[in-house]
Amino acid sequence: MKEGYELIYQRPKTLTDTRMHYCPGCFHSTMHKLMMEVVEEMDLQENTIGVCPVGCSVFAYEYMNIDVQEAAHGRAAAVATGIKRIHPDKLVFSYQGDGDLAAIGTAETIHACNRGENFTFIFINNGIYGMTGGQMAPTTLVGQKTSTSPYGREPAKVGLPLKMAEIVSRFGRVAYVERVSCNTAANARKAKKAVRKAFEYQLQKLGTTFIEVASNCPSQWKCTPEESLDWIKDHVLPYFPLGVFKEPEKKEK
Amino acid sequence: MGEIKLMKGNEALAEAAIRAGMQAYFGYPITPQSEVIEYLAREEPKHNYVLLQAESEVAAVNMMYGAGGAGGRVLTTTSSPGFSLMQEGVSYMTCTEIPGVFANIVRGGPGLGTIQPSQGDYFQAVKGGGHGDYHVIVLVPNSVQEMADHVFLAFELADKYRIPALILSDGAIGQMMEKLELPDPVPYKPNKPWATTGKTKDRERNILTSLYIKSEDMEIKNIHLQKKFREIEANEVRFDEYKTEDAEVIITSYGLTSRVAKKAVDIGREQGIKLGLFRPITVWPFPKGRIAELASRDDIRFFISIEMSAGQMVEDIQLNVCGKKPVHFYGRMGGIVPTPQEILDTVQSHLKE
Repeated sequence: MKEGYELIYQRPKTLTDTRMHYCPGCFHSTMHKLMMEVVEEMDLQENTIGVCPVGCSVFAYEYMNIDVQEAAHGRAAAVATGIKRIHPDKLVFSYQGDGDLAAIGTAETIHACNRGENFTFIFINNGIYGMTGGQMAPTTLVGQKTSTSPYGREPAKVGLPLKMAEIVSRFGRVAYVERVSCNTAANARKAKKAVRKAFEYQLQKLGTTFIEVASNCPSQWKCTPEESLDWIKDHVLPYFPLGVFKEPEKKEK
Repeated sequence: MGEIKLMKGNEALAEAAIRAGMQAYFGYPITPQSEVIEYLAREEPKHNYVLLQAESEVAAVNMMYGAGGAGGRVLTTTSSPGFSLMQEGVSYMTCTEIPGVFANIVRGGPGLGTIQPSQGDYFQAVKGGGHGDYHVIVLVPNSVQEMADHVFLAFELADKYRIPALILSDGAIGQMMEKLELPDPVPYKPNKPWATTGKTKDRERNILTSLYIKSEDMEIKNIHLQKKFREIEANEVRFDEYKTEDAEVIITSYGLTSRVAKKAVDIGREQGIKLGLFRPITVWPFPKGRIAELASRDDIRFFISIEMSAGQMVEDIQLNVCGKKPVHFYGRMGGIVPTPQEILDTVQSHLKE
């Protein structure tokens, strides 16, 4: 580094140099970075095992410089359960999209949460199936057009969008649930804080920690990255409100 | 000398798993094999293994994937409909090369079927079962003693080749009680540098995946797997023979029906029929070479496969006899076990042909 300069920001060593394949504006890139920054800041690279899903983030292991297992579609919670039971002292997370966590893998998600499996869910909810080409997700908003709901989601036919953060916060052994977004810089900073809290609670063995990210998909929402941020503010957040749904009680000092 | 016990096959399997250093069991109860998880649940406080009753067989196999991938010595047991549900995970584990031991205590099918013993899952076990080009190692015990012994062998082979190993048994062997000598405990010393245990500074990150999106890469992976399968076929074939030296008729049978067939051999010989029994102990890898050798022997008139199925292993016998001798079949389905007399009657009728 040049003399007189102070390094104040750089790529974390927990991210590889591989160029990400994600579309411009996609929150996957942001979330990967935030999570890997937390892993580095907490000095947990040697003690972290990730589980990646099927979906756009199927290649997440290309970018995260940690040990990773790639799970079958929907089974990340079961895979993470297996890893965590063998290594109860390591940091384990499952990184999943809405089709993975809230459709094909609902049973695995619900039961892992009910058991209070001591790992962290990072749930990327963008209300659409990105990788398979923009089909309807369990979290697609009412009236939202997708390739399998071309006239808009009809609740009478397919029900209402699933509110996973609200659902899992009801389980007694789930410790911490927060819904965050990355649609503004301020919200992205809050998202990173939430990831850090989740990892800290996990290391304290308090139970399941669950971060839902109100995410975007400019490509399949057929809009620009900037427009996708507006869509989140105007349509997604009114239905999927941000905030903490559950948190361990703070011990009095 | 190991401990002598009178045990059910399922319990012998469970106790052997503890002694073989099993670190985690994930499973979902299903008749006729629930004694395994019940036994392990009773014994859990005395040992240091993980026991988790999963929400489904689908979850159980993926817990195996996670725990096995993280370096653990892992076991699940199930019965036919449950093993069908596990096939997705078995395919993934085979491609990702995650070792783990499965036991399918087969019951009659298809569908929900019956809880009585069957060998109707042979094709599923031996020919792949899930999607893609793959095999798993398949051991077929025919006694309570082998239910225990095969657990040790299955763990050893699974770890050696980084492959799922399956104990393919049936509801009768799982449920019946026999005397056995329990193998002495063996401390398990994991040596799995590929496992996801946390990326230390001295190594690159470990990634366990079955995703190879480029066709060229997927073909390379397949070639690697096929090479491994050929190596297993060259080294791990196991079988047993009874009075085949001078036999004119070779009965081929595995598992429970091999016990019935052995009785038929003895009765037949008392009546002057020179019967012999060929019993595969591994059905994948299949004892191809030995079947071909027997098929070339002039004094052998024909083969007959005895199974509790509509005729499944008989196809592998035919493939390896390769037209040199007639290959007949006799089987019962739906949970019915053939008797020695039924076998002898069928042999007699073919001798008259």
